[in-house]
Amino acid sequence: MNLESLIPVLLLLPMGGFLITAAIGRRLHKQAHWIPVLAILAVWVLAMLLVINVLTGTAPLLAGSETHGYAFAWFTWIPAGDFVVNVGFVVDPLTACLLIVVTTIGLLVHVYSIGYMSHDASYWRFFAYLNLFMFSMLLLVLADSWLVVFVAWELVGLSSYLLIGFWFRKRSAALAAKKAFIVNRVGDLGFILGIMAIFVNTGTLDIRDSIHILTSPTLAAFPIPLWITALLIFTGAMGKSAQFPLHVWLPDAMEGPTPVSALIHAATMVNAGVYLVARANPLFAAVPSTMVVVAAIGIFTAILAASIAMTQTDIKRVLAYSTLSQLGYMFAALGVGAWTAAIFHLMTHGFFKGLLFLGSGSVIHSVHEEQDMRKMGGLAKKIPITYATMLIGSLAIAGIPPLAGFFSKDEILGESFKLGFLWVWAIGFVVAGLTAFYMFRLMGLTFWGEFRGPKAIWDKIHESPWVMTVPLILLAIPSIGLGMALGLPFGSSTLSGWLEPIFRQADTLMGRAAEPFALFGIDGALIILSVAVAAAGIAVAWRLFGTNLLGLRIKGRPETVTAMSARAPFLYRASLNKWWFDDLNHLLFMVIGGRIAYAAWWFDREVVDGTVNAIGRGTVSSGRGLRRIQTGRVQNYALGIAIGLIVMAGSYLVLAGR
Amino acid sequence: MDLGTFPILSTITFLPLAGAVAVAVLPSRWARPVALGFALAAWVVSLLLLVSYLPNNPGFQYTVALDWITVFGIQYKLGADGLSVALVVLTTTVSWISILASFKPIQTRIKEYMVSFLILEVGLIGVFLALDLFLFYIFWEIVLVPMYLIIGIWGGANRIYATIKFVLYTLVGSLLMLVAILATAFAYQATTHTWVGAFDFVTLRDFASNGGFSSALEIGAFLAFFLAFAIKVPMFPFHTWLPDAHTEAPTAGSVMLAAIMLKLGAYGFIRFAVPLFPDAARTFAPAIIVLSLIAIIYGAIVALVQPDLKRLVAYSSVSHMGFVTLGVFVFTQQGVQGAILQMINHGLITGALFLLVGVVYERTHDRTIAKMGGLAAKMPVYVAIFGFFIFASGGLPGLSGFVGEFLTLLGTFEFNPVTAAVASFVTILSAGYLLYMFGRVAFGEVSDFLKALGDHLEDITPIEILTLAPLGALVVVFGIQPGLLLDLFHGTVADTLTAANAGAAIDIAPQIVIGGLGLLTVGVVARVMYVLMAPRRVASQLPVPADSGAAQ
Repeated sequence: MNLESLIPVLLLLPMGGFLITAAIGRRLHKQAHWIPVLAILAVWVLAMLLVINVLTGTAPLLAGSETHGYAFAWFTWIPAGDFVVNVGFVVDPLTACLLIVVTTIGLLVHVYSIGYMSHDASYWRFFAYLNLFMFSMLLLVLADSWLVVFVAWELVGLSSYLLIGFWFRKRSAALAAKKAFIVNRVGDLGFILGIMAIFVNTGTLDIRDSIHILTSPTLAAFPIPLWITALLIFTGAMGKSAQFPLHVWLPDAMEGPTPVSALIHAATMVNAGVYLVARANPLFAAVPSTMVVVAAIGIFTAILAASIAMTQTDIKRVLAYSTLSQLGYMFAALGVGAWTAAIFHLMTHGFFKGLLFLGSGSVIHSVHEEQDMRKMGGLAKKIPITYATMLIGSLAIAGIPPLAGFFSKDEILGESFKLGFLWVWAIGFVVAGLTAFYMFRLMGLTFWGEFRGPKAIWDKIHESPWVMTVPLILLAIPSIGLGMALGLPFGSSTLSGWLEPIFRQADTLMGRAAEPFALFGIDGALIILSVAVAAAGIAVAWRLFGTNLLGLRIKGRPETVTAMSARAPFLYRASLNKWWFDDLNHLLFMVIGGRIAYAAWWFDREVVDGTVNAIGRGTVSSGRGLRRIQTGRVQNYALGIAIGLIVMAGSYLVLAGR
Repeated sequence: MDLGTFPILSTITFLPLAGAVAVAVLPSRWARPVALGFALAAWVVSLLLLVSYLPNNPGFQYTVALDWITVFGIQYKLGADGLSVALVVLTTTVSWISILASFKPIQTRIKEYMVSFLILEVGLIGVFLALDLFLFYIFWEIVLVPMYLIIGIWGGANRIYATIKFVLYTLVGSLLMLVAILATAFAYQATTHTWVGAFDFVTLRDFASNGGFSSALEIGAFLAFFLAFAIKVPMFPFHTWLPDAHTEAPTAGSVMLAAIMLKLGAYGFIRFAVPLFPDAARTFAPAIIVLSLIAIIYGAIVALVQPDLKRLVAYSSVSHMGFVTLGVFVFTQQGVQGAILQMINHGLITGALFLLVGVVYERTHDRTIAKMGGLAAKMPVYVAIFGFFIFASGGLPGLSGFVGEFLTLLGTFEFNPVTAAVASFVTILSAGYLLYMFGRVAFGEVSDFLKALGDHLEDITPIEILTLAPLGALVVVFGIQPGLLLDLFHGTVADTLTAANAGAAIDIAPQIVIGGLGLLTVGVVARVMYVLMAPRRVASQLPVPADSGAAQ
């Protein structure tokens, strides 16, 4: 049997799960999870089969390239004259890396949700939406046509909308869902225009063909300049991956149930933008100035979000800003040309951030749906498994060796430095310190010290059921080991071996040659520096928010925190108020935009329609006026005839005389 | 399938008329089933036409031509190409759906209502099939009469104002069109010295493509046709009859209005205005593109702040129909294809949205968005269906709305990228107004207004689902397989493009465009000054006798 034909099955399984659950799920009550979970389990097994074959190189070579993979052409979607869109799929090493993250975390989140959502009346609806999301996300990474990627792009947006607004009775959830969709539409607008530009330039929407045409050096002039095309595509990436200034939707998206935050808004969907830019890598590499834009937006988002994460008190919002910040790292990596490092961080981040979100869900569950960390504290004793796994996740994201985050983050920083982007490295270095700080602030406030909530709740806190803790443990394993598995040996890692064919063309375009890795030289020094800054961040967090680890007992110092925030009032308030971006958007789009819309409506009623009515009224009143002429008296008519004659004769004489 | 000499087009056109006669003579308790029966019969015959139509044969099929007014060469001539077939099937489908949807809401004068509805269907089908300009004009005007009655008798509180406005506005345009039709016939007769074929579309089209009409005549006639069609589409700034007509019409009337009647104008552009006056069409294309862009963006902006469900959907129609005129007048293959797809899709989706608003109105007797809230808890199935069509209307890929919008934008992009960028800005605005409406109606806590209704707020009934299911199914099918439609009318698209690209723009265009814009500016400025200087007045209304505007 040829494995290509498995690819559509990957999509049909979750689609089937969605349709069946949507149709009959209500009647299945608490058994509604079986079909969706089993569908995703099957997807995981099949995906792993494909992934292993692709990554080990047993898969055949793709037509016209030196990349191993599977391709499958399904059907013609739009046959519009010379514009034809085919639905087809490709599993190459890049897709394979994404498939690992999407299917594994997808499966674990499905299992976790059995426990987390068990008390919800709309249990079935949740699983139906989750399967719809899995379908869309898989379509996104598998599709080999720009327009089909766009379809998936919008469909993940739809699933995200449905899941953020899952608890639709809450006004805030409904509004957050709407905001997410509309902000994403801004990015999508750029993406769709980019797709049109690609078609106008190349006459095809096949991803590999079009990139091949766009980057072949023989063709110089395109109707649409290449840099515009690249930046339009990047706009799409900015929306989905929540990069500044389109980052505002992601923190609000935390209104959704926590498994959704873990799956969609941390581990998979928000990576779509990174995937897109990585997929289009030669396009960006062909115009190096666009890459500087990517790097700048990425690293700016990284430090902006990290600065906000430092003062947030909602546990999920801290993690959301952390996600923004880490996505910023990935874009910075793409922008400096450290393609492999970006995908590496995408993978490790997917696992440890998924772990942290699911862990936070377990925390929230245990303290009766409380998300404010000021009402937590000392939970380590009560929920030890959650605590231990989240500690692993925090160490991983902080970049402590040998956990996963260390390898991927260090590769980004090291490459930025070595490729000459010192400013990216410097900002990234600061962000690494901030990351370690806010994560251990979160740990300190949540797990260490004394419980600050009501006593009644404290007594009832208990560890989550196994369906929730087992996924945590399973996610902790890659959070520890994935970096070592993929990132070693330094300089010629396993992952770079897999992805080398994908990024070869970009490296050639930029004239990059692989530099040897110098452990006892610049690379080693950079590693020591970044580990040191992470350690410093942790140390500061310990001092301010306390710790209770391995016999180390430090009490938090809330009064020092207050004093410090009082000393830098502007920075503190800026961080607390998220740099006022939400307020700015409110002013621009709700207040000013609303005024414009009302003005347009006024214009429509009074001027456009008013003119119509005025003509109508004018006709009626002129009719009334003219009625008076029709007096019925012969003298009046005779007078009129006489005047008319005189006027006509007079004008004839005047005109004829000339 | 070969139908031999069976007069299928005449059968489709006049089956509803037979139905109207039958409803009129039979007792009124039979009105509903008989009307539905005839509408379904017309639908079945139209499906027969669809399957037996040969999309690869260019030109018109199943043509019938009978002499009518021989002196002037006026014929009873019907014929169908792919565009006609698609629109006829859309008409017959939406007609039986609308009749079924009227069963419960319409309780007074049911017989008259059903007769009006069936005559409306005759007129609509006739417009899409007529190949004689005089016959076309007759059908075009026939449509007005039943719609006038449907809004005026079974409409809402302000129905008289709305229906008079609708009829007078449309008449202004169509009478000018009649003048233009006569003018072209006289011009044809003056050149060829025969009346034979003076009203025949195919003859006139060939005559026009050989440069038969003078520039002055082309410009005058095109502008007259343009006005008639632009009012019907409706294009900015001729759109203000639409929100009033929609708001006051009964649900099924709104459905017919949105799904079919707005297509008459777009059909007119593609079928008559462009092929008959290609040079003038090219001349005025830039101005029409600008008006389309305004309609797209402005319609969406105004929709954002509508307090009434129907008004919001009406303004969204203005915005969506802007895509149709935009796509036609960029004269690129994808543009015209997208425009035609958009016509069909808008018919399906907006028709469904009006049905869905009707479902809520039926239960609450209110359409104020601010009074709604939390329906997802009370009417989950309804909200699921509503959400489906909301996203279809918002152009979610995978559903049919996307393909038409995308092809139109792509065609526009090929014409001019900046124009496409401006037009595609609407995707953000449409998400804004649609999700605002959906969120307000479906999400949040159940509003006090709805709570007070208690058990009246039952979920959507099987009959209501039956009216929506065919539309939903088609939205999915055409979303995944738009080729089914595209194959149908590639001949029409090719004809339009050949006609449009063969000619060269007439070079007096700038003067006319500048003059028109200048006149418009003067008008707008005068109006704004008048409004700003006038004391506050009650909402603009035609002075109608006090008693006729009273509630039922």
